[in-house]
Amino acid sequence: MIWVSQILQGVLLGGYYALIACGLSFMFGVMRIINLAHGDLAVLAGFLVWFIAGQTGINPFLALALVIPLMAALGWVLQRTMLERSLRAGELVPLLSTFGLAIVIENLLFEQFGADTRSLAPYIGGLSYDSLTIGGQIYLSYLGIIIFAVAVAILGGLHFFLGHTNLGRAIRATAEDIDTAELVGINSRAVYAAAAAIALATVAVGGAALGMRATFAPYAGPAQLIFAFEAVVIGGLGSLWGTLAGGIALGVAQNIGATINTHGFLIAGHVVFLAFLALRPFLTSLNAKGRIKALLRRAA
Amino acid sequence: MSKQPAPLSVQRWTPLSVAATLAIAGLMIALAFTPLFASAEVIDRLTTLFIYIILAIMWNALAGYGGLVSVGQQAFFGLGAYAAIRLSYWGVPVYPALILGALLAGAVALPLSVFALRLKGGEFAIGMWVVAELAHLLVNLDGLIQGETGTSLIALNAFSPDHRRADNYWLALAAMAVAAAVVFALLRGRLGVSVQAIRDNEEAAASIGVRVLGGKRVIFILSAIGCAMAGTLWLATSITFEPKTYFSVQWSAYMIFMALVGGLGTFEGPILGAILFFLMESLFGATGVWYLVGLGAAAVVFSLFLPQGLWGFIENRFTWRFLPIGYHLRLPEED
Repeated sequence: MIWVSQILQGVLLGGYYALIACGLSFMFGVMRIINLAHGDLAVLAGFLVWFIAGQTGINPFLALALVIPLMAALGWVLQRTMLERSLRAGELVPLLSTFGLAIVIENLLFEQFGADTRSLAPYIGGLSYDSLTIGGQIYLSYLGIIIFAVAVAILGGLHFFLGHTNLGRAIRATAEDIDTAELVGINSRAVYAAAAAIALATVAVGGAALGMRATFAPYAGPAQLIFAFEAVVIGGLGSLWGTLAGGIALGVAQNIGATINTHGFLIAGHVVFLAFLALRPFLTSLNAKGRIKALLRRAA
Repeated sequence: MSKQPAPLSVQRWTPLSVAATLAIAGLMIALAFTPLFASAEVIDRLTTLFIYIILAIMWNALAGYGGLVSVGQQAFFGLGAYAAIRLSYWGVPVYPALILGALLAGAVALPLSVFALRLKGGEFAIGMWVVAELAHLLVNLDGLIQGETGTSLIALNAFSPDHRRADNYWLALAAMAVAAAVVFALLRGRLGVSVQAIRDNEEAAASIGVRVLGGKRVIFILSAIGCAMAGTLWLATSITFEPKTYFSVQWSAYMIFMALVGGLGTFEGPILGAILFFLMESLFGATGVWYLVGLGAAAVVFSLFLPQGLWGFIENRFTWRFLPIGYHLRLPEED
């Protein structure tokens, strides 16, 4: 029974990873940027929600509604001032500039808020510990279920948005071939800035989820980046539903690892990720059927 | 009758680079004799500078020449120190243990390269970071290290502080000289040309017959050994080994800063970057957080506005080439 429980907890944790990862996945899918400041931006959003909720006494969900447009605006500004320029300079420069940004953000957070760990749990009352009981032995926290549902909703929303709206089509066209997109009248700069804004809006939700389900501190960003990245890579870079699958795989692996050994949580996650990277070439050759399909589609 | 264009000649050594190489040789000899008269503090600070230079050279070899941006070289820094502690515990004399530890940690890079080098760009960067995190967690499991509490290289206490200080200094100086010489020799030769071709366009390089994986592997393992040596030297100077400090991603931040500000993909740049970093740390290190904010901001500004770094800028502006790594095309003198 403990195994079933651990696996279900892992699935819920995977929902959180997918939520924190979807902005990273989206940005990579559209702009081919791996934003090394991703985790720190999520922590920044967590601090913003925490700060607003603490100062004004409003519900953190309401505070999040304020932080989402703030983070989206920040995404737009970042794209226009920094990422756009890095992208033009080649493949490696975005890594260097976003890593620099990460260091700036985490140290400014430390300067502003100190080293104490914070949490949004005190502001959400019973939601932080209430849970659903299955068969008297398995406890699933409501918050975990909500976060999982939000992750699915955001991933589904992004999927729908990319497939069925004009801006979504423009984003896909730009991601596919920026020059051709420009030729047919798409303003790629505006499209990229919009994509960055959307990505950071999801990061805001991820940061709030981090603050509600656990504690966070100024230097918590890199760990979130690593989890998000592991989820994205296991699920297949740039694939949104893959990110959910990757998050679940990571969460389940960590929980099984923790059940086996007290130090096993992080180790199992990293090992599964590295094993996946090492085996990926063989996995992709097994996936020949998918490749043939892709070839046929290209030929058509 | 039309005049044939005069053939170009290729020149590697220029009068400037001959002078610069002689000056460097002179400087190295002077540095070798420094512990005989310098104060303890000067010796300690210079040892730290040498370690920074090793790190900068090695990160630059990997990223600036190999095109592999790693955020996980602290894996080797920490593993080197850990291996030295393990070897010393097993009875290997302490100074040989420092060198052997670096080689052992570098040896880890060989199996690692099989899968790490298949990764590209950001995947490699964060993949290496995960490797560093995993190495940290696994080292913590060793009872000898006592988790995050860490341990000390007690064998070093057999030497008097003065003796130890001078030995550390010479070892660091020698390691730096060897690191620089090896990277110099590699870059000047065939490998240098091939890895730069890989960095600039991997597919194109492969298509004209450059052995992509082999070239990357040599640089990757070399960089691992260098970073591990820096780690064992750091252990020799600080004696204590706390896994958290050695496996901290902050080392990557330092390496990126030094290579980027000095000049990514130039030989002299990272050395200049390490000296600048060292000076900045001496001047502003006490301000703590703001100093780190400054380092991050500098990395952003340089990557966006001066990606060739200070040395790259100087090279282009004044066409100085201190060391004979590149090739110069010269028109013959007109008569």
